[in-house]
Amino acid sequence: MSGGDAFRADTRQWLQANCPPSMREPLRSDEDMVWGGSRIAFHTEDQRVWFERMRERGWLVPAWPRAYGGGGLGPREQRILGEEMQALGCRQPQYNLGIWMLGPVLLEFGTEQQKLEHLVPMARGEIRWCQGFSEPNAGSDLASLRTAAVRDGDDFVITGQKIWTSHGDKADWMYALVRTDPQAKKQEGISFVLLDMKSPGVSVRPIELISGKSEFCETYFDAVRVPARNVVGGTNQGWRVAKRLLEHERAAMSTFTEGGAPTLDALATAKAYLAGAGPVWRDRLAASLMDQHAFSLTVRRMKEMQAAREDLAPVSAIMKLVQTEQEAAKYELLQQLMGQRGLTLDGEGYTTDEQAVCRLWLYTKSYTIAGGSSEIQLNIIARRVLGLPG
Amino acid sequence: MALLLNAEQRMLQASAREFLAGRSPVAALRALRDRRDTRGYDPQLWQDIAGLGWPAAALPETHGGLGVGFQGLGAVFEQLGRTLAATPLLSTVVLGGGLLTQAGHETQRDLWLPKIASGEALFALALEEAPRHDPAGVTLRAWRDAGHWWLEGDKQFVLDGHVADRLIVVARSSGAAGEEAGLSLFLVDPAAARVQIARTAVVDSRNAAHARFSRVQLGDDALIGAPDAAFAALDVVLDQARACLAAELLGVITEAFERTVAYLKSRVQFGVAIGSFQALQHRVARLHVEIELLRSSVAAALEAADTGQATAQLASLAKARASDLGERALNEAVQMHGGIGVTDELEIGLYLKRARVLQQSFGDGTFHRDRYARLRGF
Repeated sequence: MSGGDAFRADTRQWLQANCPPSMREPLRSDEDMVWGGSRIAFHTEDQRVWFERMRERGWLVPAWPRAYGGGGLGPREQRILGEEMQALGCRQPQYNLGIWMLGPVLLEFGTEQQKLEHLVPMARGEIRWCQGFSEPNAGSDLASLRTAAVRDGDDFVITGQKIWTSHGDKADWMYALVRTDPQAKKQEGISFVLLDMKSPGVSVRPIELISGKSEFCETYFDAVRVPARNVVGGTNQGWRVAKRLLEHERAAMSTFTEGGAPTLDALATAKAYLAGAGPVWRDRLAASLMDQHAFSLTVRRMKEMQAAREDLAPVSAIMKLVQTEQEAAKYELLQQLMGQRGLTLDGEGYTTDEQAVCRLWLYTKSYTIAGGSSEIQLNIIARRVLGLPG
Repeated sequence: MALLLNAEQRMLQASAREFLAGRSPVAALRALRDRRDTRGYDPQLWQDIAGLGWPAAALPETHGGLGVGFQGLGAVFEQLGRTLAATPLLSTVVLGGGLLTQAGHETQRDLWLPKIASGEALFALALEEAPRHDPAGVTLRAWRDAGHWWLEGDKQFVLDGHVADRLIVVARSSGAAGEEAGLSLFLVDPAAARVQIARTAVVDSRNAAHARFSRVQLGDDALIGAPDAAFAALDVVLDQARACLAAELLGVITEAFERTVAYLKSRVQFGVAIGSFQALQHRVARLHVEIELLRSSVAAALEAADTGQATAQLASLAKARASDLGERALNEAVQMHGGIGVTDELEIGLYLKRARVLQQSFGDGTFHRDRYARLRGF
């Protein structure tokens, strides 16, 4: 038995013994997701047990070094753990934007002190992070951001506004892009800072979406003081950190349907409405399922390419675009297939599926906009993959 | 099993690419067309291909096969698509060899499979009768009388039917059109009495014959497999063929796409390369996305043809996507080439025509979405 096989057998055995059966069910609602942080809330005892057992092994963050509270697994072991969790249907024990996006860039660009100060509590599920990138006038053109950070002694003083701050009202800390040199070319005057959301001068206002309440917020900074040691990757060097972080964000948004977010089984939901809908709808449903099938095969192919150390760029560049467009299209289809019954968010006499489809139809409109809109993804494919002139 | 090719399959792919680029570029197809070649393929090329072992690629090793499976053979089909090479590989090996392997008895296999592997014998499948692919819709009659089998009826779109040494005819021996039960397979010598074969030139400059069977008399040894029970074997072999055709379409699409992207970089209008226009960039980026999704689907269909797991579902997935993308990607390729795109001089038009023939061969997108839905239980 090779080392990998022994690890696989041990992992499977441990997961079977330690992952409670209710934590192997697909995600149905937001309450099925445990968000880490100082205000962590467990909706069931099994959620707590699963979280604590995984934390003890360092498997809230299996890939990080043990020195920073991680599991210290190599790439091959990470892949095996992922495969075994997927095979059993294990839920993620914790959700935290910091782990997917900030963690990897701190490991790459952070000082030793920053790593110890921020990675260790994140690995223990104690700090919840939010992202302060977009501004009202800096969306797709992110580098035009204007939130100002002015040096004052050992601190920067930050004034401005961020928007689309997911979970800004529940987060403990924010990683943000701020303008530290207004004279420089737009990409060259940006710094990447870490700030405590409890700092005086920070205020947060939730945003209501077309689908109702949402996790998105607006965040205002009124002369917020942030120690200069909280700049990651060097003053005015923030753009390269941000670009790398956005790559991690794209990757995270490519795996919604692999347990990353609540999702509805399109076929199971559609079946009840199909009989009365006619052959055109049957064809459209088949096309949608086939799109999803082709995407999941592409996820599999990309993993094989990764294991074989092939150039992933032509495939990885399509994943965020395809995943988000397919999810949005799936709910478009279901909402219309349900006809008049897909038209209420909270009406009485409608099933929870019908209300959920109506809400998700509206909510998933944000998928193809957030994290680099579909149009930005197409620009990336055209220029970086196909080499067309910019 | 894996979606990526193993070392042996990769070598086969590389050698196919190199061989076809030198020996059968698109100009070879054009030459066949322009001299109105009666065979529609180049026998010397076919002999050279047989020498490379491609016809043996997916056959059982006991019958002279290479054992690289459909994934290996699929890699060859993709390369055939890239240069539009006209060969009888599909009809002879995948369809003829496949049906004999699936349903033929020992004597039939021992006689014909080595000849298929060596390139000596050409086969064709006489299946279609209607404008659209419909394997269960067969009505050509077969019946027994006076110790013989008899065939009566017409077939169309018999790929390579005019050059085949043997036809495999799908006939209805019982039941009604539309039923899967009641079909039988017969091995027929096209030179036999009361068999008429007429070549049709198809838009892709390849061939698809009409075949008429007017009370054709056959011995018991002509029957392949059990009477009335041919559909299961036919279904398996059609799925293998669909996977291979999807691979060929992937090659057709990829080659035309790469040529189009290169053209966008070199064609200057308004003082800039037209590839700098976002309206065109987004259209080709979307084609790139679809090609990547198709590549995964084709690889999975070929893998399934080798493992026998979920073969039907994956073959329909790959053939539907390939057929639809073949239509869209080649229409886009012609449009983005502008005026020169509609001239016979540019090779893009030949890719457009081939993609359209492949789209209709053994089921287009609507056929396979319907089939996929049935397989998923709705």
